[in-house]
Amino acid sequence: MIKIVPSKGGDVLLAENDVEVTNQSENVNALKGKQPKREPSRIRKRLWRERYLILLLIPGILYFLIYRYLPMGGIIIAFKDYSPFQGFIDSQWVGLKYFRLIFEDPEVVKVIWNTLQISFLQIIFAFPISIILALLLNELRNQYYKRFIQSIVYLPHFLSWVVVVGITVIFLRSEGLVNGFLDSAFGMDPIPFLTDPNLFKPLIVLQVIWKESGWGTIIFLAALAGVNPQLYEAAIMDGANRFRQAWHITLPAIKSTIIILLILRLGNVMETGFEHIFLMLNPFNMESGNVLDTFVYFKGIQQANYSFATAVGVFKGIVGLVLVVVANRLAKRFGEQGLY
Amino acid sequence: MAKRSTGSKVFDTLNSFLLLLVAAVMIFPFLYVFSVSFSSVSDFLENDIILWPKEWVTDAYEYILGSKAFIRSLFVTVYVTVVGTAVNLFFTSTMGYALTRNVTGQRTILFLVLFTLLFSAGMIPTYIVVKETFLINTLWALILPIAISPFNLIVMRQFFLSIPEELKEAALIDGANEIQIFSKIILPLSKPALAAFGLFYAVGHWNNYFAGVLYLNDPAKWPIQVILRQIVIVNEPNAALGGHEMSLEALPPPETIQMAAILLATLPILLVYPFLQKHFAKGVMLGSVKG
Repeated sequence: MIKIVPSKGGDVLLAENDVEVTNQSENVNALKGKQPKREPSRIRKRLWRERYLILLLIPGILYFLIYRYLPMGGIIIAFKDYSPFQGFIDSQWVGLKYFRLIFEDPEVVKVIWNTLQISFLQIIFAFPISIILALLLNELRNQYYKRFIQSIVYLPHFLSWVVVVGITVIFLRSEGLVNGFLDSAFGMDPIPFLTDPNLFKPLIVLQVIWKESGWGTIIFLAALAGVNPQLYEAAIMDGANRFRQAWHITLPAIKSTIIILLILRLGNVMETGFEHIFLMLNPFNMESGNVLDTFVYFKGIQQANYSFATAVGVFKGIVGLVLVVVANRLAKRFGEQGLY
Repeated sequence: MAKRSTGSKVFDTLNSFLLLLVAAVMIFPFLYVFSVSFSSVSDFLENDIILWPKEWVTDAYEYILGSKAFIRSLFVTVYVTVVGTAVNLFFTSTMGYALTRNVTGQRTILFLVLFTLLFSAGMIPTYIVVKETFLINTLWALILPIAISPFNLIVMRQFFLSIPEELKEAALIDGANEIQIFSKIILPLSKPALAAFGLFYAVGHWNNYFAGVLYLNDPAKWPIQVILRQIVIVNEPNAALGGHEMSLEALPPPETIQMAAILLATLPILLVYPFLQKHFAKGVMLGSVKG
């Protein structure tokens, strides 16, 4: 891709071979034999030629530098005893103290465990529902009916978590709809859905199912749109019933999509959806619901323990990075396209 | 098509019914929230479940829309959504286009963009940078730190790549520079894509809750989602909506206030939903992630 061209002056220039798509002015120069004679000025010339593109790039580059990469530099505070008064430079170096603390603090271990549990419950229960829903939608013959159902099941995806959690609270609080119904139908005492730590994780998974499973069908339906209808006709000629058609044609058609989504999801097990969990947390269900993201917020922002919170965040980020890279390798081993 | 077996017909009926049930589960909470928000006190107190208001009462809406705090938060959110989406589109489209044009360092920049999809510094270092760039307690804190979604940037670049090269070459021969090509040729051709990205960015801004909590200390600047949380989840509608002159007995029941607030805060999403649907049905957002 990149050729190293030694120049007369002895310094090395990088020349990319994709120059063939460059703009007209260079071609004109080439025709007139006006190619730059002094090599060191080539970079400067190239930059000058690209000045308008560079101008277009500047806002985006500034954004990535300031709000994406500058914070990565800020990670050094995980290795220091950072206090806002002393600043980045003057705060004391403490080496790996806070990273060691991650594994010594029983609270962090509990929080990691909560994170993994919530993620795996979602993978086991929420993930297959999108697949099943997509298969059922795919079987609908009336296209208008199909579109009608689709437009309803996609809708919850666009609601904010505040609205979803708000509706949950209205339905499940002690004087809410569900408890009111249980009382009038069975004379039951109110069930503390929102404060019972044992119900926290199932509730989170149910909310994710309600909000995202419809939207999750889109990618499968897109894959199914490419299936050749002749396959089904041939299967019918061979006497395959609807179930066998789904099993032998539809499912194989989305198999690779399922595998890649599953692997990518596994690479993201450290992510649980910050806003969602944060809004569902209260002092009663904290032990069961506190996950890595919320822990970082409580420790760092609320208790101003910046260094420790950053260390936990970095730990989460690095484990996530490793998992995504491994998951991507796995995807490729399965013969699928990876994320990159 | 061959004639269908009875089993196949039975399956179709069951399937249609099952999916109708799924749709009902998705729509029921809305119907309930909608109906209660328009119900009278007596109707609400007498019935366990209200599916349609007996008499239409707008007390709850009048109460909410009379609250300065609520109106102010609506203005804040509208402002952040409009300005934020404009910033998003400007930053994403300029960078996305420049990265289609073999600019120096293109590969490095693309790699650095992709890397941010895989790893981020986390909440605390980002918070400190937002603080050091003097954005705390300004509405820019809800806009600038999320000016570009790397994923959208890559999909938009992919879209720009699909525009025929000949158009750009012809313009170059005519003496246009890259900025002119971008603004006079590329952007007009990309209107549908820009509308789609704009809608998705806008929904993101409208629904954003946490940035408000994290970066804004002044309740006067809180966006609608923060106020909505106070009204519904914290269950303090009257405190969140600010002191009212009405005596407590004259107030609509808190339940109807909460449901009206949910509906008002969701209304803009419901209004743009048909357009959103048009775009994601076309699969605009399903572009490949590959760079």
